[in-house]
Amino acid sequence: MYDVIIIGAGVSGCAIARELSRLELKTAVLEKALDVCEGTSKANSGIVHAGYDAIPGTLKARLNVEGSRKMEALSKELDFSYRRNGSLVLCFDEKEQDKLTELKERGEESGVEGIRILSRQELVSLEPEVGDEAVAALYAPTGGIVCPFGLTIALAENAADNGVEFYFGREVKGIERKEEGYLIDTGEETYETRVVINAAGVYADQIHNLVSKAFMEITPRKGEYLLYDKKTGGMVSNTLFQLPTALGKGILVTPTVHGNLLTGPTAQDIGDREGTNTSREGLAQVSAKAALSVKRVPGRDVITSFSGLRAHVTVRPKAGDHGYVGEEEDFVIGEAADAPGFIDVAGMESPGLSCAPATGEYVAGLVKKLLQPEEKKNFVSTRKGIPNMALASDEERHRLIRENPAYGNVICRCEMVTEGEILDAIHRTLGAVTVDGIKRRTRAGMGRCQSGFCNPKVVEILARELGKDESEIRKSGKDSWFLVNKEKEQL
Amino acid sequence: MKRTDLIIVGGGPAGMAAALAAREKGIRDILILERDKELGGILNQCIHNGFGLHTFKEELTGPEYAARYVDMVREKKIQGLLNTMVIDVQGGNPCRVTAMNREEGMFQIEARAVVLAMGCRERPRGAMNIPGYRPAGIFSAGTAQRYVNIEGRMPGREVVVLGSGDIGLIMARRMTLQGAKVRMVAEIMPYSGGLKRNIVQCLDDFGIPLKLSHTVTEIHGRERVEGVTVAKVDENLAPIPGTEEYVACDTLLLSCGLIPENELSQAAGAEMDDVTQGPVVNARLETTAEGIFACGNVLHVHDLVDNVSIEAERAGAFAAEYILEGRGDWGEALRPKIPAKSKSTLPEGRDASSQLICIGCPVGCLITVEKKEDGSLNITGNTCQKGEAYARNEFTAPVRTVTSMIRVEGGRGKVVPVKTASEIPKGKIGECMDEIRRAKALAPVRVGDVLIKNVAGTGVSVIATGNMD
Repeated sequence: MYDVIIIGAGVSGCAIARELSRLELKTAVLEKALDVCEGTSKANSGIVHAGYDAIPGTLKARLNVEGSRKMEALSKELDFSYRRNGSLVLCFDEKEQDKLTELKERGEESGVEGIRILSRQELVSLEPEVGDEAVAALYAPTGGIVCPFGLTIALAENAADNGVEFYFGREVKGIERKEEGYLIDTGEETYETRVVINAAGVYADQIHNLVSKAFMEITPRKGEYLLYDKKTGGMVSNTLFQLPTALGKGILVTPTVHGNLLTGPTAQDIGDREGTNTSREGLAQVSAKAALSVKRVPGRDVITSFSGLRAHVTVRPKAGDHGYVGEEEDFVIGEAADAPGFIDVAGMESPGLSCAPATGEYVAGLVKKLLQPEEKKNFVSTRKGIPNMALASDEERHRLIRENPAYGNVICRCEMVTEGEILDAIHRTLGAVTVDGIKRRTRAGMGRCQSGFCNPKVVEILARELGKDESEIRKSGKDSWFLVNKEKEQL
Repeated sequence: MKRTDLIIVGGGPAGMAAALAAREKGIRDILILERDKELGGILNQCIHNGFGLHTFKEELTGPEYAARYVDMVREKKIQGLLNTMVIDVQGGNPCRVTAMNREEGMFQIEARAVVLAMGCRERPRGAMNIPGYRPAGIFSAGTAQRYVNIEGRMPGREVVVLGSGDIGLIMARRMTLQGAKVRMVAEIMPYSGGLKRNIVQCLDDFGIPLKLSHTVTEIHGRERVEGVTVAKVDENLAPIPGTEEYVACDTLLLSCGLIPENELSQAAGAEMDDVTQGPVVNARLETTAEGIFACGNVLHVHDLVDNVSIEAERAGAFAAEYILEGRGDWGEALRPKIPAKSKSTLPEGRDASSQLICIGCPVGCLITVEKKEDGSLNITGNTCQKGEAYARNEFTAPVRTVTSMIRVEGGRGKVVPVKTASEIPKGKIGECMDEIRRAKALAPVRVGDVLIKNVAGTGVSVIATGNMD
């Protein structure tokens, strides 16, 4: 019997797991993919919003501001990439400047620090490459950028190091209410637990509707992005958002923590919960809108495009039926009224990533009320990431290679990722078992050649270290094979 | 800090030719830094033939061409470090190169001159913005070539190739020979970027359709490729609505252009040429960074390795001159002469029963064969003697050289490249491949070793084209 089972190992699930790992609770995470960070958490803007967007008083606003405040300390504690680069909301029409003022007031009411409105002149001195049509901007110095994989993986590893069990390839098929909790069925196994936390991303409505009569519906909202070569990453230093224009809702242009340039997302409601395909129209739209924010969109330097799905709630469980805080458009976080011990963490669309550290604490607070657990005495709050040879000092590089010569063997030439880093990624807590798992932990394959050179080497290392044949190695899911024939089979 | 006269970054055909030329000019201390586990660069995976017609006056496979240079480098006792990645190059007097490997960790070497010979890389899917999912099964043609020809692994069973550059054409044939079904080669331009001879011997020989003015507009399949949408494009290369066709396949190979790999050149501060995507050089192939020269595909993408060798010899000789005589006036930037890229189409309405494209060399002459009343053949259109012989054979009893690889046991690698020692009847290719695919060899294997005798009853042997210890 578990005390808590979390469904979903995205950033929210992992943040909650990490907070629960501070407590004397038997906690497990069930994830249908083979790794953490395989849904919405892997394909988003990687932004830590300052917190001026959400309506003051909502959970979104509160958790955003708190999450943004906590992120820097957390990035040091758990060793993931985060940078407070500042954000700008660009206004392209003199007549719409009052919208900037409105945003500013909203932000101030929610407690966002240091926001102010910049004139065109101030804007240009801050961002020389800003588009000619930008007339003014709202500046939020506390806006930041984060590695979404780095954050999610760090939270998960730290949770696991503190005793949380993670089970992968476990898709929840059914949940049965028992006298003292719930019985979760994943097809081949069943899990008994006192509390269930539903952090199932775009599937959170389906999980919710298994136990609650207060109907919920999530419609995935697709966002397409373009990622550019690192040589363009210095084009802007702040994250450039747009006030909505005649072209519709704006998109952002931002540097990433790794030094690339990122543009997107589109916003399109779709029926398919696995519809992470990009479209010609979507990508064209991203390029067209980005051209408003910066003078020159470096189209020739695109290295990849991707799309992610945000969990947008289209039917909210009715008021009175549930114990959720907040209103329409807010996250759906709280215990379902007709299902005691079943806590929804649903509708975690933007700024869900920014909120994660605060979401973790908030939901852990709900669990504490239910179970009144003791604090764990031997909780270890820190976690060390994988060494990064590309960024390491010369002394650090020498030391690592002395300790393990594999750190001298470069596997991914574009991002300068060594065999040592890949071995660490495989053998650490919740180690990588797929090529994408290696990519998200080490950046091998994320560079300008997009794994053309390193793919065969990464597949070989994974097979060797996991004791498998190369034909058994997967990109991410169980059917994402790379190779047909086994080693000894005929050519 | 270690010192040497000349450092060559990259031990492929360009690096080896540059090193040999510098040695010829009297440079004693030369060090080749190579990131792979052997010298030869991309030639090692180009196991097909067609190399060396200029340099060696005979037709060799890639590994054979490489092996000849490796032998010369060894004979001249030129030093090299394998499995070594150069991570920084700085020009000056002296130049400074930072590199890394397992044995020595990170280290710096001073050199009086540096020749950049890092080659090029392939354009990835992302750079082409092909919409759709991002499943496994999308490979650049060179990655697939490495899997098949070096690792002995097949990356798929049903293949669509996008891009008809030579690598795309060669891989369409390779996948077919090794037992896969290649559904089509789609090319966005109205012509192929590959050589005519490759359209004939890689596609026509196997009945693989070449769809000119077509491109892939969407990739299907969430985990593994399940199919692609192929559409015709208009004169602006935009897909024409209504022409979409779904093609089921599990693999998409991309052969959509090569990009010189110049991260090191740029870090060294060398000025870049927007057209060639390589560094700006003067008549001596010297970049704008002091003491740094460049040659081969890092300078601009070459169609033929023979031309790489010629250019690299010049770079090596100029670097030697620089070391021996000091820096002259840099002079003017001079863009290397780049032969016009192939824009190949096979003549439309060609009567295949009497008109042939010669596959003897890259020219690809259109030869007409007429049978005279006395039974003798009237051959016209060829521009050399070999063309006549080819046409005669092709008309009466067509023959081909088959290249492939054989599994090796007890060696450092997994497979060794092979070819038929001479041409075999075209009709015997399938049978020949069946024998090759079942065969096994025991290490060590040397270039020229006979691995299968009398393959498919042709009387021809299958011989090794690479070495395996």
